[in-house]
Amino acid sequence: MFEEVGTTTEGDLIINMGPQHPATHGVLHLVVTLNGETIKNVEPHLGYIHRSIEKMCESLTYRQFIYVTSRMDYLSAHINNHACAMCVEKGLQLEVPPRAQVIRVLMDELTRLASHELWWGAMAMDLGAFTPFFHAFREREVINDIMEETCGARLTMNYMVPGGVMHDLHPNFQQRVKDFLQLYKRKIHEYDELVTGNIIFQNRMKGVGIISPEDVISYGCTGPVARGSGVSSDVRKLYPYEIYDKLEFDEVLEDGCDSFARYMVRIREMQQSVRIIEQLIDNIPDGEFQAKTKAVLKLPKGEFYSKAETARGELGVYIVSEGGTTPYRIKFRSPGFSNLSALNHLVKGGKIGDLIAAMGTLDLVIPDIDR
Amino acid sequence: MEDEAMFLKQYIQDIWGAIKSLATGMKRTGYYFTHHKEIITQQYPDNRDTLVLPERFKGEVVMIHDENNEHACTGCTACELACPNATIKIITKFDVDAETGKKKKAIDTFVYHLELCTMCNLCVEACPTDAIKMAQTFEHSVFDRSQLTKKLNKPGSKIRAGIE
Repeated sequence: MFEEVGTTTEGDLIINMGPQHPATHGVLHLVVTLNGETIKNVEPHLGYIHRSIEKMCESLTYRQFIYVTSRMDYLSAHINNHACAMCVEKGLQLEVPPRAQVIRVLMDELTRLASHELWWGAMAMDLGAFTPFFHAFREREVINDIMEETCGARLTMNYMVPGGVMHDLHPNFQQRVKDFLQLYKRKIHEYDELVTGNIIFQNRMKGVGIISPEDVISYGCTGPVARGSGVSSDVRKLYPYEIYDKLEFDEVLEDGCDSFARYMVRIREMQQSVRIIEQLIDNIPDGEFQAKTKAVLKLPKGEFYSKAETARGELGVYIVSEGGTTPYRIKFRSPGFSNLSALNHLVKGGKIGDLIAAMGTLDLVIPDIDR
Repeated sequence: MEDEAMFLKQYIQDIWGAIKSLATGMKRTGYYFTHHKEIITQQYPDNRDTLVLPERFKGEVVMIHDENNEHACTGCTACELACPNATIKIITKFDVDAETGKKKKAIDTFVYHLELCTMCNLCVEACPTDAIKMAQTFEHSVFDRSQLTKKLNKPGSKIRAGIE
């Protein structure tokens, strides 16, 4: 993927974009080789926010390591915790009560909505539009308040535990989610008015950052990046977990292969999330919210793998257990890392301005890439 | 000739569409410019007095003391073991019971390092006697790092009778 250092010819300009650049949404360092305005090569340099989370997890017990994963992809913290809890449950062969399953799916979808909304605002801000950012945060704030009331935190919740969820739903939860859905439906047309239909936005997105379905597969892209090129990759549909196989929702596919297709996938995915929440909010079964577990969790000797669909793509959790209370090895397959690897392919030969637009549609969260 | 007419028609349509799309966006911006009541900005810190946080909000760990300055902590160190960051350290001592003369284990100091805490709530979940809980404070700035290391059991407090 990377070209050798030294392929630059006379007259090329090498620009270091980041690690403190506002458009990289974190400490990502891009070494951009330019010929005039045309991009010859983009080389991401990683490691500025590496916290060795995988190694840290080896010294934490199966109950403790879940909280660390909120700090990977902090915009879909619930889904990260969910994938880890599922992997531990697989090892323990633990049955999660139906109420806990519904609560988990509800929280996952609310997280997906919040994450896509933040992406929408940040994406528009990358292209120079500041107003959408505030519009996106207005709706996201309501979701954060709902999370705060039930889980006790706004971003790093640590709400999913092996066997279920930490607390029962707050008594206000149902009403507040219903209020939110009403508000959201009243406001969703503003998104299209402000950004999607805008002529400047469309001209900058259409036909820019093209990646073919074959390249998507060879780079290992997942999530909206893959679905924007028409590659079916939704873990919720292909390998259903919890109660996703009983729910009615569509896997959003676009075949534009460009930045605008990836944008539309996320916009339409928000509506699918709303559809899932609507199906579940009145049908939360009664019962336990947490299965009975032992005080000290010990996984049997072996290897366990589980995956979940985060807002950015497929998150895989791989645990190797030696039979003790702590894992022998943990590996996270983060969606952001694979999506970032396609960046050079997306922007090569394009203009420098399109680099920002293409990177925005990848929806990168840097702590997820570095871990 | 027909091609030119088609091109011109398309050209004018494009310009018209562009102006229309920009006007749609500006209309939305203008709507909020004239509707101040729909703006939801919170005036922190001016609204400190009216700001209510939900009771589950995880701000910091505190020990529950009743009006007799008694707590429910037996010093079992379940929270210390549950904590992923070594935030909690319990120093125990042996109290001599005045009536029976038997030695009894009790806490001397419940050390809590706020600077290490990630508010994961695992200690509160682990506590068998519900001696600790999460408080709804969030303004944790201090001038010196040592002030973040806290002693959670109040001076002179003792364990409530009947808790083993």
